[in-house]
Amino acid sequence: MTLNSRIPTGPIEKSWESTKFNMKLVNPANKRKYHVIVVGTGLAGGACAASLGELGYNVTAFCFQDSPRRAHSIAAQGGINAAKNYRNDGDSIFRLFYDTLKGGDFRAREHNVYRLAQVSVNIIDQCVAQGVPFAREYGGTLANRSFGGAQVSRTFYARGQTGQQLLIGAYQALERQVASGQVKMITRTEMLDLIVIDGKARGIVTRNLVTGKMDIHIGDAVVLGTGGYGNVFYLSTNAKGSNVTANWRAHKRGALFANPCFTQIHPTCIPVSGEYQSKLTLMSESLRNDGRIWAPKQLEEKRSPDQIPEEDRDYYLERIYPSFGNLAPRDIASRAAKRVCDEGRGVGETGLGVFLDFRDAINRLGENTIRERYGNLFEIYERITGENPYKFPMRIFPAVHYTMGGLWVDYHLQSSIPGLFVLGEANFSDHGANRLGASALMQGLADGYFVAPYTITNYLAETKLEKVATDHVEAMGARENAEGMTNRLMNIKGKKTVTQFHRELGKTMWDYCGMARNDAGLKHAIGKIQEIKEEFWQNVTVPGSGADLNQQLENAGRVADFIELGQLMCIDALERKESCGGHFREEHQTSEGEAQRDDENFSYVAAWEYKGEGAAPALNKEPLNFEFVKPAQRSYK
Amino acid sequence: MKLTLNVWRQNGAATPGKMVRYEMPDVNADMSFLEMLDVLNEDLIAKGEQPIAFEHDCREGICGSCGFMINGRANGGFSKTTVCQLHMRHYKDGDELFIEPWRASAFPVVKDLMVDRSSFDRIIQAGGFISVPTGSAPDGNAIPIPKSNSDRAMDAAACIGCGACVASCPNASASLFTGAKISHLNLLPQGQPEKLDRALKMVTVMNEEMFGSCTNIQECEATCPKGISIENIAIMNRHYVEASFSQRPAMSEAGAG
Repeated sequence: MTLNSRIPTGPIEKSWESTKFNMKLVNPANKRKYHVIVVGTGLAGGACAASLGELGYNVTAFCFQDSPRRAHSIAAQGGINAAKNYRNDGDSIFRLFYDTLKGGDFRAREHNVYRLAQVSVNIIDQCVAQGVPFAREYGGTLANRSFGGAQVSRTFYARGQTGQQLLIGAYQALERQVASGQVKMITRTEMLDLIVIDGKARGIVTRNLVTGKMDIHIGDAVVLGTGGYGNVFYLSTNAKGSNVTANWRAHKRGALFANPCFTQIHPTCIPVSGEYQSKLTLMSESLRNDGRIWAPKQLEEKRSPDQIPEEDRDYYLERIYPSFGNLAPRDIASRAAKRVCDEGRGVGETGLGVFLDFRDAINRLGENTIRERYGNLFEIYERITGENPYKFPMRIFPAVHYTMGGLWVDYHLQSSIPGLFVLGEANFSDHGANRLGASALMQGLADGYFVAPYTITNYLAETKLEKVATDHVEAMGARENAEGMTNRLMNIKGKKTVTQFHRELGKTMWDYCGMARNDAGLKHAIGKIQEIKEEFWQNVTVPGSGADLNQQLENAGRVADFIELGQLMCIDALERKESCGGHFREEHQTSEGEAQRDDENFSYVAAWEYKGEGAAPALNKEPLNFEFVKPAQRSYK
Repeated sequence: MKLTLNVWRQNGAATPGKMVRYEMPDVNADMSFLEMLDVLNEDLIAKGEQPIAFEHDCREGICGSCGFMINGRANGGFSKTTVCQLHMRHYKDGDELFIEPWRASAFPVVKDLMVDRSSFDRIIQAGGFISVPTGSAPDGNAIPIPKSNSDRAMDAAACIGCGACVASCPNASASLFTGAKISHLNLLPQGQPEKLDRALKMVTVMNEEMFGSCTNIQECEATCPKGISIENIAIMNRHYVEASFSQRPAMSEAGAG
């Protein structure tokens, strides 16, 4: 397959502007003749559905939750980046572009990332106008804080609930369009297949999660804002419902899946405490503005942390990365924590943890200031662990948090299937091999508010779209396919629960495709996942019926897709014989244990093509060219 | 610890429900309440029985999906807590718990502990937004906002839309939910052009959705997982009364030419 990424040429500062100028338009009176389907209503999907509605398109939007306000974007804590340079500290669009590209270890497209940095400033304006209550200074201007991987203060925030406030902003804009009749919102419904007619995405098959009814929806374009796939690891910071099903089913219909192995392991999460545990809770990166990370110098230190004197503490991030210190990027901070624990210096009962300590900040600023900045995060920590973080340092450990990989898209955010657009975490586009903190919210909203409304318009204007009936043979076939899978799951009537399979998959992924990967481990994992898959389809049990609200059935379909995706992730990780960003191959490291990139052989996007059940996926390579920034060994020392 | 659970089981809004008793012989104190239900559900599935349906998603107290009555109190009556954040260390060996869905005619039961809260979305649709189409915003710092106003707006905006306020109110009033949104937006300069219209329309829809009236019982504030203050109900009432006097439809919405 040849990949046309439609990257503009010419000076990077002008590329998005000239692309927009060269796009075709749809006149206002004709917009209502088009119908766009939006799946997922988080930051990316919700912002896109609202913006398309405002333009005058007919939009039908879907979410599996009971309301679009519940999308997992809501859980983002720390903030959103924008190149406003309100602090006068040397920030600029070019610097945000450079930091993001470098943070991603030079595995993203220059033009995409530059556009992201450009529209970042519009996002803040839009959100303020919507009534998002960002933190402010006493003079009434917007406040900022710092985040990992940057030496400027460019992160806007609303306490520790930035994602919530941005999502509520998008949700309110969306509900305004629902009230006007421009957007039809269908909740408690999940997408189970993509309808492709004459090579174009023309609709979706959905299952009503309350009644079990399968429906066909036809449209002129389909947008997926369906989030990431971190739950392939079972334990992650994602919401329990977050899943890859919409993306995976689109992949099976021909959409390429890019860089699936690029997973972000977040350094500061509350450590696992027991077998029954259902999810991991993040402690925002913003805590690293004031918290200092350390581990005891001695092996198997038994003293209580407040009894360990300064000379017996190793502030290892400050020691190894003096210029970025505690604000080293996530992949680097996570690996450093792993190394410390591997050496036997980990803390807590399991030995899988390090300290995040606020003692010095509290002495310097007072407990009240710390409470004002991070109060809700401290509260979450105390609630879960039963320990008071104002008195004792937090214990933290890395956990799966975000997936940089996703469906392959071109510069227009269109997948390899014309008419299928993929936004936000669901696509692979902007973060390369590692995402910087406070950039996920930025990308979701950039795609939804400021990129997709232009590119979708252009697609509709330049494409001849035949009228399609809901009983079109391809549509009926897709529905039969979805019904067939549901019936198959219901009729296995095996002995193991869906969750048991999910845990097993998650453990395999974490052990072999987690923070460190190697050739033998990945090969083992590919075989192991094949065994899990075979057993799943013979021995899973799904109680109840398919014609009813059935949470086990929903989960069974999602886990079935995670199993297949997990295998592709391992294949991708095996193929990429270099280390970059969050992808750390043990065979490829510098003498200091840092990631060793191989630009000569691996400076490309790996876009995988589905070749059918049981067949090996095919690798397509999109080379990455760097005209404006010279890739260098990433250093935060 | 050993617990006895009585859980409301109901197939749908149209079918009657009943309490069913389950013994939990070995509950770990570090589990969350939902993790305890996960364990019970795994047991039920193994025995070939139907697992208990309950709403949940983020499991960190921010999405607002989860919530039910425990011993007659919303989220067990613990302050500033959702059930996903409620850990079993708050209970003791031998406790017997009664678990029921939110009770309000505006929240019909979907299944077991799940209810339909789409009435909240319809209240937002009535005016819980600022009409600013994408692309039409001035610079973020063009309008300075006093920090105290911004902070108060944020206090109100912290609402997670879970419905605990309705469930805990003897009148099943949605005043705290509606008031929080009205005051979040009406406290900000950006919210001023639609301030009175918003109050009028949102309160009207709240009443149409069959929520009860507020009689200042304050249970809502006491059980709100985010500690939203009933001050917001006062703000709502003030703006609603003002709007009732002053708001009337414009003579003509069409422009010349």
